[in-house]
Amino acid sequence: MTEVIIKNGFVFDPINGVKGENMDISIKNGKIVQKVTHNAKVIDATGLTVMPGGVDIHTHIAGGEVNTGRMIRPEDHVKDTVSKTAMTRSGTGYSIPSTFVTGYRYSQMGYTTVMNPSMAPLEAKHTHEELNDIPLVDKATYPLVGDWWFVLEYLRKGDLEECARHVAWMMDITKGYAIKIVNPGGLESWGFGRNVHSIDDQVPNFCITPREIMVGLAKVNEMLNLPHSIHLHTNNLGLPGNYSTTLETMKALEKVPYNGKPVAHITHLQFSSFGGDGWGNFKSAAEEISSYINAHNHLTFDMGQIIFTDTTTMTADGPFEFTLYQLSGHKWVNSDVETETSGGIIPFQYKKNNAVNATQWSIGLELALLIKDPWKMMMTTDHPNAGPFFSYPRILAWLTSKNARMATLKNCNKKAQKKSLLPSIDREITLYELAIMTRAAQAKALGLKHKGHLGVGADADVAIFNINPETTDIARKYKTARKAFKNAAYTIKDGQIVVKDGEVVGHADGRTMWLNVKTAEPCRIDEEMKSKFHQYWTVDYDNYPVSDHYVKVKDPITIKASV
Amino acid sequence: MSIIKSVTCPICGCLCDDIELTVEKNEVVKVRNGCAICESKFIGYKGHHRVKTPLMRKDGKLVPVSMDEAVHATAEILANANYPILYGWSSTSSEAQRVGVELTEEVGGIMDNTAVVCHGPSILGVQEVGIPTCTLGQIRHRADLIIYWGCDPWSAHPRHLERYTSFTEGRFENSEWKAFMQKLKAQAGQKKLESAARIEIGSTHPKPQTCTVPGMPQSMNKSGRKLIVVDVRKTMSAEMADYFIQVQPNKDYELMQALRVLVNDGELDVDSVAGVPVEYLKDVADALVNCEFGVIFFGMGLTQTAGKFRNIEIAIQLVRDLNSRTKFTIMPMRGHFNVTGANVVSAWQSGYPYGVDFSLGYPRYNPGETTCMDVLLREENDASLVIASDPGANFPKKAVENMIKHPLIVIDPHMNATSMLADIVFPSAFVGIEVEGTAYRMDHVPLPLKKVVEPPKGVLSDEEILTKILEEVKVIKSSSKKSTKKVEA
Repeated sequence: MTEVIIKNGFVFDPINGVKGENMDISIKNGKIVQKVTHNAKVIDATGLTVMPGGVDIHTHIAGGEVNTGRMIRPEDHVKDTVSKTAMTRSGTGYSIPSTFVTGYRYSQMGYTTVMNPSMAPLEAKHTHEELNDIPLVDKATYPLVGDWWFVLEYLRKGDLEECARHVAWMMDITKGYAIKIVNPGGLESWGFGRNVHSIDDQVPNFCITPREIMVGLAKVNEMLNLPHSIHLHTNNLGLPGNYSTTLETMKALEKVPYNGKPVAHITHLQFSSFGGDGWGNFKSAAEEISSYINAHNHLTFDMGQIIFTDTTTMTADGPFEFTLYQLSGHKWVNSDVETETSGGIIPFQYKKNNAVNATQWSIGLELALLIKDPWKMMMTTDHPNAGPFFSYPRILAWLTSKNARMATLKNCNKKAQKKSLLPSIDREITLYELAIMTRAAQAKALGLKHKGHLGVGADADVAIFNINPETTDIARKYKTARKAFKNAAYTIKDGQIVVKDGEVVGHADGRTMWLNVKTAEPCRIDEEMKSKFHQYWTVDYDNYPVSDHYVKVKDPITIKASV
Repeated sequence: MSIIKSVTCPICGCLCDDIELTVEKNEVVKVRNGCAICESKFIGYKGHHRVKTPLMRKDGKLVPVSMDEAVHATAEILANANYPILYGWSSTSSEAQRVGVELTEEVGGIMDNTAVVCHGPSILGVQEVGIPTCTLGQIRHRADLIIYWGCDPWSAHPRHLERYTSFTEGRFENSEWKAFMQKLKAQAGQKKLESAARIEIGSTHPKPQTCTVPGMPQSMNKSGRKLIVVDVRKTMSAEMADYFIQVQPNKDYELMQALRVLVNDGELDVDSVAGVPVEYLKDVADALVNCEFGVIFFGMGLTQTAGKFRNIEIAIQLVRDLNSRTKFTIMPMRGHFNVTGANVVSAWQSGYPYGVDFSLGYPRYNPGETTCMDVLLREENDASLVIASDPGANFPKKAVENMIKHPLIVIDPHMNATSMLADIVFPSAFVGIEVEGTAYRMDHVPLPLKKVVEPPKGVLSDEEILTKILEEVKVIKSSSKKSTKKVEA
């Protein structure tokens, strides 16, 4: 029976068209309601900006790969320690924070929902064990199925319906939320040390192409009615000149029937927008990519914005991580997972005086500023690949203030400065557009009906920032804005104040969301799986699924498939 | 009587999960698919060393006490200790390990696990250079060159070859089991001929001189999976190998470096390295670069001999180099069934895999300083809690002496060497037999452990015991004069 009222704030709620109006937000029993009684606890938000809690569509925070990253970087933790308090557990950062610290830091910035984008199905129990230990935020995770043997085999046969049933099974078994595809075809090739180099290359031993995998799974996604589209990390990621592969990929996806809902989400687009044909003449292809995006509506994207710091790269793209190892000679982890996927980890430092890194930094911002519709382009760093998530306030400053961008650009490598489009771009993202790029668009793309907005019936996840939009010009006062986004005045989770003035003051476990996909014929899959299990995996069928035991606070969403 | 299938065995890092148990009247009476060690645990775990009630040392003797008394005494000791050690963790579930981290953080102690005397050097090596690795199924499906270096799976991980490497069917590679059986038959046949010759001819030929390290045999040129074993002596695993390389003790580092030189197209100026002629090493290097998919499994032969973590580092460097020529991976043969879990849980909650010091209010990690062996040898600890391990039996004498100078609490199903030295003993249930839980295989794959029988009356799980102690510690700390405010470094 807890009632809360947030009075008199400047509310930005793009999903409901609220653009900074002065209004009250009423909360009862963890949900947004029309109004409350005078017994409600009052939060005075006079002069403050009120937004829905932040939603992060792509952040590597839990699971085998993330944890191996933690294990190999003690030198990264020692510079960022977090002490125990009466309210909070201890831990470490820097680029890969321990689980408790991950939850606290996201919440301190006003985030309330985070999505772990890569989960090897065989290791799903580990991902969920770690998600349980990330407090204060709701979460979900995406199983990697783009190189799963069953997907490759059924798509090769052209049997979309069987493929769909298997993907539905996998989503349920691993308690996953979306179809994740990384370098399709490349991960299976990497099983023998090879890779694919175009979307029409044949995957060795499987006679299928990346194009067929992506288009096939996008169609499967529609058949299953999943709330998010396929979540795609493109082929040739990270290689000079790869923008042409990205364009081909986007064009290939035009073939998927489009009924108003995007057919794919291309993640960390910055890494897939490289021009030039070598590291020597490396340049941005943001213009080419964004003009395609401005003319087409079937896709959504997130930035993958570079932060100049020492961070850690970790992706399922094993061959790409190997390329980074060959470039840097740094400590390198490779972790291929039988039947399913691959993975790699390598520390990486992005430097201002490095021509390539500085251009990469510019690319992310160019994309965000040149893509006209903020609903298409969401703000992320592909944490920790392009930078740690708690650097988000820096990105918000660069997006909303040309001065902020120029201040950073003028310290960058001279070659990169000359090539950068940023001096010619005057656009400054407004607070309203920011609210779209950091919560509304993400919730909409994910199909999360109760997140990312403050309409009646939404979860009472609210972020309140120390910014008065009437008196503060965030474009001029970008340092003030940055500070305000770093430490929320209030973060409210399910109607409870969990952060006040950037300090954790409450406890919440957060819910784990997953999809319960109901197809017409589930039991046939079980029988087939049981017999095939011993051939494909080294674990027994009985021991593969993620049972309810592994999810502390359950929030399953039932989906009725069309197969 | 009931038959339970797909049971995960709680013994070694293989974590075989295809065990079939027959249970009758709350006892396991039959084990199918398991190796000898697996069977001995499932059938023999009850034994007469089983502790039935909590015990406390009074007037020099361990006497039964109530759970409440034992919990309270333990909580008092840990809450008031300056620098307690909480050690072991490798034979319990990840659910229990999580409570362990919270308890250690609450009492400001050191959380350390058995890796510190086992594969700790492997972790240190990985922290230097990373590790190109994979899950065991990748080996099964793809590996045509399998190397066991400084480990003896026949003894320590008996089903490793049949489940994951040479004797298993994969999508792209077949089992070498038939070939191995034929080799055994041929060897038996040869012996019979020689024996017949001796009887017939009364032959007194002197034993032929054999080089301690033979050249690469013909069988290494076959198609199909090849097995190389590198060790200081000819183990039973070496008997199964296509090629056994006998390395001089404490010379593995040199041998690895020599192979690296050859793999990188360099020249060696010497005739032999570590007792192996360079001519043969050249053949080995060729085998390494010409395979489709190779793997090195390694054990204490590398982690606990001269060089320690440098041996692991160089082994990983060799595998890194090989990845420029072909596909190659490397994996440590983890011993206890959930030592990997202990590292994994410790890392996700604190950032560090073992030897984590919480005494300053935040996690610190400095092997040699914060690892429990070193703390014990410097006599800096003032209390210990030992769980799911037996340091009393396998730690250096000086360390054990220092450990028992201060209060010692033990949580274990059996009366082991450490329990006999303890001040407080908690009986616990067997994870994977009497209580369910999660464990992590040597390749980091998480597997569920089943409960197949009821534990003895009054015997709780590790997780339950630790939770009771933690709750009591929190009560003691909140009612004491000690501040619970943020601890400043």
